[in-house]
Amino acid sequence: MSKKAAAKHEISFKVNGQPRTVHAHPTERLLDVLRQDPELTGTKEGCGEGECGACAVLMDGSLVVSCLIPVAQAEGASIITIEGVTADPRWGRLQESFLECGGAQCGICTPGMILATVHLLEKKPQPTMDEIREGLSGNICRCTGYGQILEAVEEAARQGASP
Amino acid sequence: MNSRSIIGAATPRKEGRDKVTGRARYIDDLNFPNMLHGTTVRSRIPRAKIKQMQFGPEVDWNEFVVVSAQDIPGANTIALIENDQPCLADRIINHPEEPILLLAHPDRHALAKAGAAVSIQYQPLAAIFTIDESERNSEVIWGTDNVFKSYLIEKGDVDKVWAEADYIVEGEYFTGAQEQLYIETQGVIAAFDADRGVTVWGSMQCPYYVHKALMALFALPEDKVRVVQTETGGAFGGKEEYPSVIAAHAALLAMKSGRPVKMIYDRAEDLAATTKRHPSRTRHRTAVTKTGKIIGGEIEFVIDGGAYATLSPVVLSRGTIHAGGPYYWPNVRIKAKALATNAPPHGAFRGFGAPQSLFAMERHMDRIARTVNLSPAEIRRRNFLKPGQTTTTEQIIREPIDLEKLLDRALELSGYEEKKRRFAQEDKDGIHKKGIGIAAFLHGAGFTGSGERYLNSLACVEGLRDGGVRVLVSSAEFGQGTNTVLCQIAADTLGLPYDDVTITQPDTAKVPNSGPTVASRTVMVVGDLVARAALEMKQTLIGAGLLGEVYTAEEFRLACSKYVAEKGELRSMARYEQPPGIYWDDEKYQGEAYSAFGWAVYVAEVTADLTTYSVAVDDFVALQEVGRVLNPVLARGQVLGGVAQGIGFALYEKVEWREGRMQNNQMTNYIVPTSSDVPPIRAYFEELGNPHCAFGAKGIGELPMDGPAPAILNAVEDALGIPFDSIPLLPEDIFEAIAASAGHGDRDHSTIGVR
Repeated sequence: MSKKAAAKHEISFKVNGQPRTVHAHPTERLLDVLRQDPELTGTKEGCGEGECGACAVLMDGSLVVSCLIPVAQAEGASIITIEGVTADPRWGRLQESFLECGGAQCGICTPGMILATVHLLEKKPQPTMDEIREGLSGNICRCTGYGQILEAVEEAARQGASP
Repeated sequence: MNSRSIIGAATPRKEGRDKVTGRARYIDDLNFPNMLHGTTVRSRIPRAKIKQMQFGPEVDWNEFVVVSAQDIPGANTIALIENDQPCLADRIINHPEEPILLLAHPDRHALAKAGAAVSIQYQPLAAIFTIDESERNSEVIWGTDNVFKSYLIEKGDVDKVWAEADYIVEGEYFTGAQEQLYIETQGVIAAFDADRGVTVWGSMQCPYYVHKALMALFALPEDKVRVVQTETGGAFGGKEEYPSVIAAHAALLAMKSGRPVKMIYDRAEDLAATTKRHPSRTRHRTAVTKTGKIIGGEIEFVIDGGAYATLSPVVLSRGTIHAGGPYYWPNVRIKAKALATNAPPHGAFRGFGAPQSLFAMERHMDRIARTVNLSPAEIRRRNFLKPGQTTTTEQIIREPIDLEKLLDRALELSGYEEKKRRFAQEDKDGIHKKGIGIAAFLHGAGFTGSGERYLNSLACVEGLRDGGVRVLVSSAEFGQGTNTVLCQIAADTLGLPYDDVTITQPDTAKVPNSGPTVASRTVMVVGDLVARAALEMKQTLIGAGLLGEVYTAEEFRLACSKYVAEKGELRSMARYEQPPGIYWDDEKYQGEAYSAFGWAVYVAEVTADLTTYSVAVDDFVALQEVGRVLNPVLARGQVLGGVAQGIGFALYEKVEWREGRMQNNQMTNYIVPTSSDVPPIRAYFEELGNPHCAFGAKGIGELPMDGPAPAILNAVEDALGIPFDSIPLLPEDIFEAIAASAGHGDRDHSTIGVR
C-alpha cells in the first residue's frame, strides 16, 4: 500500500467550474477519478477502450472519452460532465428534448450522448441531419437505433437550445 | 385532464428526467461502507478435469477472500430449468469461461494480479464446438446424446405431399451468435447477514429468477433472500438468466467475508463469459404447386446451446413454433433440437429463437418464389395465413388479421414495385448495385402454451396516505418503458392524471411476483393485471362510500387518503387468469401457442458496393400490427431499436470463435451499428386491438428483431443475384461469393426436383 501511496501525485483541475485537487496515480483514468465523487457518477463506463462514448466529457472544450485520459493529462484543465450540463440552465431545453423525443431508453449512453450534443451545438447551433449523425457517431446506443436521439438533437436545435 | 388521453399519449418516461440529467443510479454508481470488490477465476480450456490448483507466492493471500465450490451451503447449481450448470466448477470444466474460484479484496485494482497468480492444472478432455460435431456425437459431452431438448410438430400427412408437388424446394440456412451488448455490463452488489440472509442489488430483468437461484444455492427460505433491481442499462434478454450467476458469486463472497461485495464485469469479461444468441442451422424441404401454393414441408431447426441447458429448451420452443412463419401449411413436420457444445451457454436475446427460424423461413420464401417464377410479394400473398386457418401447431387464427392488406401497405409505403423494376434495369455493370427485399413474419406475445398459467403472475396497485397511487410488480424497467406504460394503464383505469401514479422499484421484499420481464409479455399480461387491480381498488373506494361513480382526481385523492387513514392500507391484487378456450398439449406441441400474435411486413432497400464489397441499408419500412399502441414514442422506439439490432445481426455482428471462446471480445472488433450505419427507419402501425388485454395491446419488444435480417439478405440477393443464406454477411463473404461465381453464373444448386 505504501509504495502505491508514494506514487500518487497532487493533480489540480476544474470540474464543472469548481476547482479541485486530487491525489492520484498519474495513470489513473480520469473516468475513475471523477466517479470517486458520489456526486459525479453520471459519467458512465461502457467499454473502457474509447469505443462507445458513454464516458464522454468536455475537457477544455474538446469532447474526450474519459476512460482513455490519464488523470495527469487533466492538470490545469477545465472538465465539464453531465452534472455540469444539468446545472447549466442553457442546456435545459436540450435535456427536455431528449426526454420528449424518446432520446433516452435505458439511459446508460445518455450522458455521453448529451455531452457529444453539447459539443456539437456549441460549434454549430443549427446542424444539418448529416452533421448530427456525424457528431454523434462516436457514441454507441444499443436501445434506440439512434432515430429518436437524432430527432431530439434536431428538435433542440430548432428550439434554439444552444447558448 | 381528460384521463382517456393517457392511453395512446406520449407521456414522458417516468424515470426519464433522472436519465437525461445523469442522476439515475446504476449498480456501479452505488458504494456501501466497508465494501469489497469481487472477481471470478475462470477456466481457459474448453473441456477438462481439474487436477490441482496452486496459489502463487507473489500474492499475499491473507488480504483476499477466496471462495471455491466447497463454500457453497446449498446446491452447487444455478437453478433454472435443468439445474445442470454449476455455480462453481469443482471437478469438470465444460467451457473455456467456466467459473472456478472467486476472489475479493478492498482494492479492485489488486484483483487482476491475484487472478493471474492462481494456476490450475488440467487433464484435458476432447471437446466439440459446432452443431455438426455435436450432432455426430463425435464426443458426448451432455447426457447420452448431446441433446438438451427436442420437439416434433406434425400436422396433416407430409409424406404424401411429395408425389403431388410440382416443385420441391430445398434450402439450408445459418445464423451466428450475437451479443446483446447492453452498454451497462453485468453487475451486482451482495450483502450477507446471519439473521436477514442474502440481499442482492443489481442490473437484471427478472428479480424472482435470481431469488429462486439464490434460495437453492444457499438453502435458504424465500424470506431470507432479497433481490432488488437497480436502474438497468440495457438488457435485451442478456440479463434474463445470467444475473443469477453473478449474483450467486457475489453473494458467496459476501457470506464468506461478512462484508458487502461488488462485482462488475469489464467489457472483455462480459463479452467472453456471458450469454449470446444461439447459433442456428435450419433446413427446409418444401412441396409447392405450379401456382405457388405450399402444400407441405419438412423443417429441421437446430440450435447450439453451449455447455449447459440453461434456457435452451424454451428458446428452441419459440423458434420451433415460429419456424413456419405467417403462412398456411396444410401439412408440415418440424423437427427441432438444441445441442450441447463446449462454449459458454447461449441464452435469451430479443426474439428468443424466432429471429433464427424466421430468417430461414423468409429466405426460403424468396427461394421458392424464384423456383416457381413468382415475385417475392406474390409468393407470400398466395400462402399467407387467414383468419379461420390454423398455424403449424393447429392454433386457429381468430384475430381479424389481413396479411395481404398489410403487405400491400408495406409495398406502397416503400415504393417497392417501382423500385424493384428500376433497380433491375439500372447499374447492370456499375459499382453500386441496388436491391429491395421483403420479410413477412409474426411473433407470439407472452409465454408459450401453458407458460403463463404456470407463471401464475400477481400484480398489486396500492393507494397511499397522500392520495397517490403506486404500482407494485416485479416487471423491470431496462429501457423498454415498463415504468411508463404500467403507470399509464393504472392512471387511465383510475381516471387520474399520469403524475399521480408511480411505480415501485422491483424488490422481492416489496413487490409480488408478476413473472419475468421477458417474452414481450409485460404490457399485454402484466398490464392487464395492473388494470384489473386498479379497477378493483376503485370499486373498493366506491363500495366504502368514499367515492362516487363519477369523480374528480381531487375527490379520488381525498377518498384514498381517508381509506388509508381509517383502514391502514389500500391494496388490490390481481392474479393471471387464462383466457377461455385456450388449449395446449405439451406432449404433441399442439394447440394455442400464444393468446395473441404481432404481425409485420418489413421492406429493406440496400446498396452493395463492389469496390468495398460492403452493403449499406438505404431505406427501411417497418409496418406492424401490434394491437393498440399505448405510447407512440415508446412503441416507435422499440421498432427503431429492434431494426437497428437486426441490421447488426445481418451485416455487422460476428463472434469469432476459437475452441469455444470468443476471440473478439472487445467493442473495437465486435462491431455494432453506429448512427452512421442505420438509415432513417420508417415505422408504421396498424392497430387491430387485442381482446385479451384491457387496452387492446399486444407485445412489441421482440417482433422488430425478427424481420430485418431476412429482408436485408433478400434485398442483397435482388441487388447481386447471389443467394446468401448465412448471417452475419460480411464484405469478405460477398467477395468470396462473387469471386466463386465468376464463370459459374449464379446458379442455385439447392433447388432440386424441378419437374
